[in-house]
Amino acid sequence: MPITIALMGNPNSGKTTLFNALTGANQHVGNWPGVTVERKEGQTRHGNQVYTVVDLPGTYSLGAFSEDEVVAREFILTGNPDVVINVVDATNIERNLYLTTQLLEMGAKVVVALNMVDEAEARQISVDEKALSRRLGIPVIPTVASKRKGIDELMEAATATIRAPLNGHVRLSYGESIDGKIAELEDLLKNGDLAYPPGWLALKLLEGDEYLRKVVDVSLKLQGSDEFTRFWDEMAVQAEDFQLEIVDSRYKFVGDVTKDVVRRPEVAVQTTTDKVDRVLTHKYWGMPIFAVIMFIVFQLTFAIGQDLLGRWMATGVEYAGGLLESLLVTVNAPQWLIDFAENGVVGGVGAVIEFVPLIVILYMLMGFLEDSGYMARAAYVMDNTMRAVGLQGKTFISMIVGFGCNVPGVMATRTLESKKDRMIAILINPFMSCGAKIPIYLVFIAAFFPSYGGLVLFSVYALGILVAFLMGKIFSKTLFKGETSHFIMELPPYRKPTLGNVLRNMWDNVSGFLTRAGTTIFAVVSLLWVLAVLPVGVEPYGAESILGRIGLLIAPIFEPAGFGNWQAAVGLFSGIAAKEAVVAILGMVYAGVEEGMELVMAIREVFTPLTAISFMVMTLLYTPCAATLGTIKKETGSAKWALFSATYTFAIAWVLAVLVFQVGRLLGFS
Amino acid sequence: MQYLSLVNLHVGDRCKVARIQAGSSATRRLYEMGFNTGAQIQVLKNDRGPIIVGLGGHKIALGRGLAAKMLVGMDQ
Repeated sequence: MPITIALMGNPNSGKTTLFNALTGANQHVGNWPGVTVERKEGQTRHGNQVYTVVDLPGTYSLGAFSEDEVVAREFILTGNPDVVINVVDATNIERNLYLTTQLLEMGAKVVVALNMVDEAEARQISVDEKALSRRLGIPVIPTVASKRKGIDELMEAATATIRAPLNGHVRLSYGESIDGKIAELEDLLKNGDLAYPPGWLALKLLEGDEYLRKVVDVSLKLQGSDEFTRFWDEMAVQAEDFQLEIVDSRYKFVGDVTKDVVRRPEVAVQTTTDKVDRVLTHKYWGMPIFAVIMFIVFQLTFAIGQDLLGRWMATGVEYAGGLLESLLVTVNAPQWLIDFAENGVVGGVGAVIEFVPLIVILYMLMGFLEDSGYMARAAYVMDNTMRAVGLQGKTFISMIVGFGCNVPGVMATRTLESKKDRMIAILINPFMSCGAKIPIYLVFIAAFFPSYGGLVLFSVYALGILVAFLMGKIFSKTLFKGETSHFIMELPPYRKPTLGNVLRNMWDNVSGFLTRAGTTIFAVVSLLWVLAVLPVGVEPYGAESILGRIGLLIAPIFEPAGFGNWQAAVGLFSGIAAKEAVVAILGMVYAGVEEGMELVMAIREVFTPLTAISFMVMTLLYTPCAATLGTIKKETGSAKWALFSATYTFAIAWVLAVLVFQVGRLLGFS
Repeated sequence: MQYLSLVNLHVGDRCKVARIQAGSSATRRLYEMGFNTGAQIQVLKNDRGPIIVGLGGHKIALGRGLAAKMLVGMDQ
């Protein structure tokens, strides 16, 4: 019988770091059924026992405020974890214990990991964990997850708690009138045969939990009870006061528990965070600094990922390709198979693999910023600007995620609480230039702007952001009117990023990229190869092939943008399946090779600096890839929005590419 | 006791949360993040953009629109 540990905690409590410390490399990322919340699971060992650790989403509360909260709550109540490890930030113990209180209300077996005790010490905050444990009635183990301190003790306590019977049920008092109502409601629910403990359910309903309200409404109606409805009608007036009183009662409980247990210095110690924040969130300097940081990120990505590591990778792929070819020749493989291996596999998938170092570096730098606590500041300094275009600062975080890949970018909009914010954020996310588009820019940069790589790349990204802002503004004035939602964001203390977290975050993203290279991109490239060599007898990748004819058919559309040749059209066409395929296909149709100097030379012959720019603009803005469209459909719950996204982005891209080319030509550029 | 809106406070001012007059979901969220009645807060930054307040030793940024709806009582 496997033992399951659920990991629960506030955002920024170090929960993920603890999860990594517990499970190391034994992790698996999936999705919770029915929702897009990421499900992280791993294995850990203590003594002779193997434990499954489930990392629940970081939340402040266990209400039904967001999908994250519902997922976490459902798992604790119905997923039957043997114990819940509740990660509590020792520097912010009162707020963190609010969640603990809710776990206790649920009747879960809880062990508190009092995390970051080292930081608390540095800030002269002392916590008497023994007294805390006594008052809460559960084990409290001090830990420093980033240094792997206290892990063994934590697992020891968890194991003991699993074996021991649940020691009573913490039942708070919420004041006479609420307690009375809870009892009344509990009586009504007792016979309801519901999946939740009736006392807890009664409490949650009084808190105005709409999710549970629906569950109860549905199942009680089925059993023909209208007592419940009547009870609720009588309640209506007081409902809102009750909600806040219940929250207050929990904080009162936390206050009683922490009284004389947690000691803080009279005057808070001036921390490095305060000093750094004075600069990074400065009213005038905050934004330029953010721009400079992003610029450095892209410069470094370019210098290390491309110039340094990318070259080695290219040599490696070339070598492997040669090896595969000579192997096939030795075993007398048929010519078509050799062609397929050379052009389809090495050409397509190989071209994608070469950009792995670049993506690795980009994600590591982004992870570094995230782990250091800077991302929250980025949202903060962007809030004013975002508000000017009808959005809010947090939207910018989903946009930054989109720089890596639009799929998680679109998914990251789930942290936005208002429907309006979320829809706009989803629709503008594809303008954030994803990692898979980088190879395309790189080829054009190598061909025309080799000395200005970082600058061109930065400009492309900046244009994407600009268009996103513009569309955000337009959408908020037309399709999605209404007030912009409030900005509430915790600014966690700056921390030295841990290498483990940075690498883990990078790997989560890069492995996704590699999986796509092995599956979708392989499939797309194979299909395109077939289209390129049929009908039998034509010159492969020639204008006569099916692929060439598709290109010829759509090429005139791009005439006004300056690249109305069938090869470019084919490249863009394949990019709708996967952006990674664009370079591979361009290589095959222009140069008969997948990448490298030959492709750059061929591009230099067909394009001009001006058409190169208009082509890059097109690539940046046009229809997102199939995977992103699929995610948009899932997240908006409608194919209509996916279709809308596919078409409006294309229209905008086309208009801007044409503008660039036509205006450029008028100004005398070529 | 006289209540003030959080936006009118200056950097360094300490106060207690008295009442939040935002929509019910925003109010709840603030409560759950620790801005419950009586919670001690200190204004850390109030120039342009969201206001940053210290709450239980941590920093939380609140949009100006929201901060305007938070009524507080000044500490003596």
